[in-house]
Amino acid sequence: MAATAIYSYAWLVPLALWVLLIAWSVLLLPVTAAVFVLLSRFSLFHPIQWISECTSLLTASSTIFSLVVLCGVVLITGLFNLEFYTLVPSIPCSRMALLGTVLHPRQCVHSLVYCTMGMLVMWCASVTIGGRYSTLGIPCRGSGFNNCIPVVTCLNEYHLFLLLAGAFMGYSHSFLGVVQNMYYVSFQPIQQYKYPRFKGCLPMVVKCSVIQSLYSARNFAALYFFFGYAPKTWISSTLHLQIDSSLQPLDSLTGLLDFSLLYHLTISGTFLYFTWYLTVLLFRIYVTEAYSFPVQSTFTEDAEQCLPKVLAETNTLVMKFFALQDLALLSQHSLSRRLEVFCLSQPGGHPHNWNAISRECLSLLSELTQRLVAHQDAVASNGRVKSQSASSDTRSASLSSSGKTPRLGVPLRTPGSVFKSSVGGVHSALTAPFTPDVDSPFSSPAIRRLVGQQEPRSPWFGTVQSPHIMRRGPKLWSASTGSSRFTVIPLHGLETPVNSCSCHTLNCSAQVKSFLAKRVLIVYLFNKLPEASSQALFADSQVHIWALQGLSHLVAASFSEDQFGVVQTTLPNILSCLVVLLEAVDRHFKLPHASSKPARAVCRMGDSTYKTLRFALRAALKTAIYKITTTFGEHLNAVNISTEHRKRLQQFLEFKE
Amino acid sequence: MCSLGVFPAPVTAAQTLLERNNELLSALHPGEHPQTHEPLSACVSVPRFLAVGSACVLALLRWASSFHGSLFPHLTLSSDEMVAEFSQMLDWSDSALRSFAWHPHTDKFAVALLDDSIRIYKSNSSATPTLKHRCQRSVCALQWKPLCGSALAVACQSCLLIWHVDPTSLSTRPSSGCAQVLSHPGHSPITSIAWSPTGSLLVSASPVDTAMMVWDVAAESAVPLQRVGGGGVTYLSWSPDGSRLLAATPSALFRVWETRMWTCERWPCLKGSCQVRKLRKLSITVFELMYAFIYFFKLTFFSQTSWDPRGERLAVLLKGDSQAVNHPSVIAVFKTRSSPVFELLPCGFVMGEAGAEPRFMQFHPHFQHGALLTVCWSDGRISHVPFYFSSAGLLGGDSPQQALASNTADHSSNKLYTEQIS
Repeated sequence: MAATAIYSYAWLVPLALWVLLIAWSVLLLPVTAAVFVLLSRFSLFHPIQWISECTSLLTASSTIFSLVVLCGVVLITGLFNLEFYTLVPSIPCSRMALLGTVLHPRQCVHSLVYCTMGMLVMWCASVTIGGRYSTLGIPCRGSGFNNCIPVVTCLNEYHLFLLLAGAFMGYSHSFLGVVQNMYYVSFQPIQQYKYPRFKGCLPMVVKCSVIQSLYSARNFAALYFFFGYAPKTWISSTLHLQIDSSLQPLDSLTGLLDFSLLYHLTISGTFLYFTWYLTVLLFRIYVTEAYSFPVQSTFTEDAEQCLPKVLAETNTLVMKFFALQDLALLSQHSLSRRLEVFCLSQPGGHPHNWNAISRECLSLLSELTQRLVAHQDAVASNGRVKSQSASSDTRSASLSSSGKTPRLGVPLRTPGSVFKSSVGGVHSALTAPFTPDVDSPFSSPAIRRLVGQQEPRSPWFGTVQSPHIMRRGPKLWSASTGSSRFTVIPLHGLETPVNSCSCHTLNCSAQVKSFLAKRVLIVYLFNKLPEASSQALFADSQVHIWALQGLSHLVAASFSEDQFGVVQTTLPNILSCLVVLLEAVDRHFKLPHASSKPARAVCRMGDSTYKTLRFALRAALKTAIYKITTTFGEHLNAVNISTEHRKRLQQFLEFKE
Repeated sequence: MCSLGVFPAPVTAAQTLLERNNELLSALHPGEHPQTHEPLSACVSVPRFLAVGSACVLALLRWASSFHGSLFPHLTLSSDEMVAEFSQMLDWSDSALRSFAWHPHTDKFAVALLDDSIRIYKSNSSATPTLKHRCQRSVCALQWKPLCGSALAVACQSCLLIWHVDPTSLSTRPSSGCAQVLSHPGHSPITSIAWSPTGSLLVSASPVDTAMMVWDVAAESAVPLQRVGGGGVTYLSWSPDGSRLLAATPSALFRVWETRMWTCERWPCLKGSCQVRKLRKLSITVFELMYAFIYFFKLTFFSQTSWDPRGERLAVLLKGDSQAVNHPSVIAVFKTRSSPVFELLPCGFVMGEAGAEPRFMQFHPHFQHGALLTVCWSDGRISHVPFYFSSAGLLGGDSPQQALASNTADHSSNKLYTEQIS
């Protein structure tokens, strides 16, 4: 009963959101259309004629019809936003994975729909601009005999040019949506009301759409110059339209160097992009609006919607994000709600609220620690990260639809599934369990030590069934199928083969690898993008940052506000969890590429916050520990934690971190 | 009611050493100053004609491009003049010390010098790291990140630098790779920066930009908060509990932002241009206090105030008249008490060496035995003047800051002032 309430709620939120969003976009549409009309008909020397023309055009029936069509476009854009948006970005780890995402059937449908919508918008634009752009067919003089020149319908290349430009822009929007993670929604560092935020972002959207339109216009003009002949002849032959030879063809240099044509192309492109970007912006604003959950409720039927329950909710990722954001906010800004967290249950006197909240936060943080440690183990055992050819989209694709997003569970989140190789199979199953190359020149000293005693006697120890390695085997994600690593080739030639059969297999695989490694294109496609694995590890770190903020502020506030000493019981756990996470994060930043900063995007609609989430997490973690240590000060010596952790915390007390 | 006439007459040509037993003690022999640093040398190298020429062109361009140019005369200033005008340091352009900042938690401070380098001094370490960066020019403000041992924000002419100086490292020249460069088109020169007390956000302001930037430093992304009117933002200050932010503009207007939903309210100044530069505690009593100051003293020459963290000493830097001979800048110190009623009692004047004028002052954020006022003098010296007293707040067991924080901690019920009044 209560569970269904949550699900229906989770389903209702996006629906209500979508309706609001559509309402806003549709309301804004006439304004943008009016601006477009004004700009497209602009004439410097006849201002009065210009204004009067525009007003008459704005009230014309064709414009109204265009607006209806545009409303339909906005509606579909809204639907796609809702369907495709994701809170955890998909980060392709190689170019091959990116290619796979672009060619994914879902993405193909998306591209197709956007191409169609682009053509529709451009049709509306060309009708609105009027003049030589208005129709596809125009009457012209055909080639007749005996001075009797029949009037036939010719192909209007200007109209076709704009329509094709619309399709091109639609496709590039869809393509860039994947490359720039357009559908990734990030949360702002500060809370703002919707209207001021919209106002603040509007100049950025205008700028982005102008820049994007200029780029697209340039690219499309180049494309049309080279390949424009093909669609032109195809259209004219299928629709039985003649090509007017008296006019200058557009796929020539002189035809394209027409200022008014390029101006109209850019203006229409800006209008097109602006319509789409505005929907994206409105969607982001609506979806990231903070939601406040009650901490506890007096009625049992509302209990499912209380913060501790929603935090533990594993089925809806959106709810988890909202709940953690709310936790971070309440811990900083709301005394009364903090007191509710620290209070005891009325019969029994148990701190259920605090226990549930701290347990959930700690499990999130320790899960991140495990993920980092697993990644470090994998890297350490290989000497380098293998070239991951799969992307994390197995995860994020399923995360995208808001209502039924999967849990932040361990099976889903381990980097093993993130980087699962899709082109496996070069290694035989026989060698698979011991692949990570204890014998490779880059193998970790830890593993070397584990098998160290056998090293001098048996040079090839792939068959050594050390319990440590066997136990480690399944844990290492890269151990499963290490096929896509083309660069590291273990040399066995100098070693005496003990088990000739499996050695033969190894040699074969090495040969295949070395063969493939020489193919430049394959290396280019399958080589790991730098930083990608780091970014993928921290892709959902926004929840961890909120958990850290919430925990640290609650603990700090408990120093003066916690009347029952509720927090004290979990303080050792929290401190050790934070210190262990800090150690894991510190070690992660020592890996190559982990601490290199991404280049800053100039002006893009796509959000690139996910690229710097790992730095944000590190800063939030240190601030969280400092917050606790400065509040408790010397009292921390009375907390029961291990000596190493105490040593680390002492560093914080002395401000030496 | 209080006036400068009640003050004990300042001892001329004697440096103030400390306060003990409610008296300011002076040293008659200027040789014995244990707490005075050596003068900091700095060299000047400015290609004069180039700088002036390009500054003129830039100022012209800015004036032409900005809609506010005709309304707000400060926009016609060159970048350097603007920094000098709105810097906290008096006579910024010819001062050997450009900016100064205590670390909020430990005994270390950073000083920006005339040659655009920054030095960091620690209490029990002889190593003084020198920070240099090619973007680090015309440093106007420094601030250490709270709840962090290493991060120092530097407001420069063209950008914002975040230095990460490892406190355990012995290196004297941290590489420029330790610095993050944050910049936003149209947002320079930056004259004021303010970290939120939790250290999560950094706000920066520029007199030419009507928007102030709220930075998420780790992500290097900024959220502009734009409000038309005022012609720019010159000074920023957070309240100690982080619930409000003061933003002063070059004209007779300042804004108070509440930091939960980031809405603001406008406060027009009553008398002429707003001289409220430094507010230690942003609460109703402080605003009343500031109005009281402006009303009672009518101090148009009133330049900086600094309140010690316990709220028991208030230092006011009175700006002198550079034309007149006998009107140097002086620092007047008041004893303050906020309960049961607000009281303001004169304590005395803090004097430097002969001929030295105070340029900047700041209280040490956590001095054990009372308050410690650090003063930057015009001759390049930095002196620390301790005020020994036993705090009334400590006897009660709770520091006033904590009491204040817990009083105003429930921000959800906190309305802006006009909402409370109406």
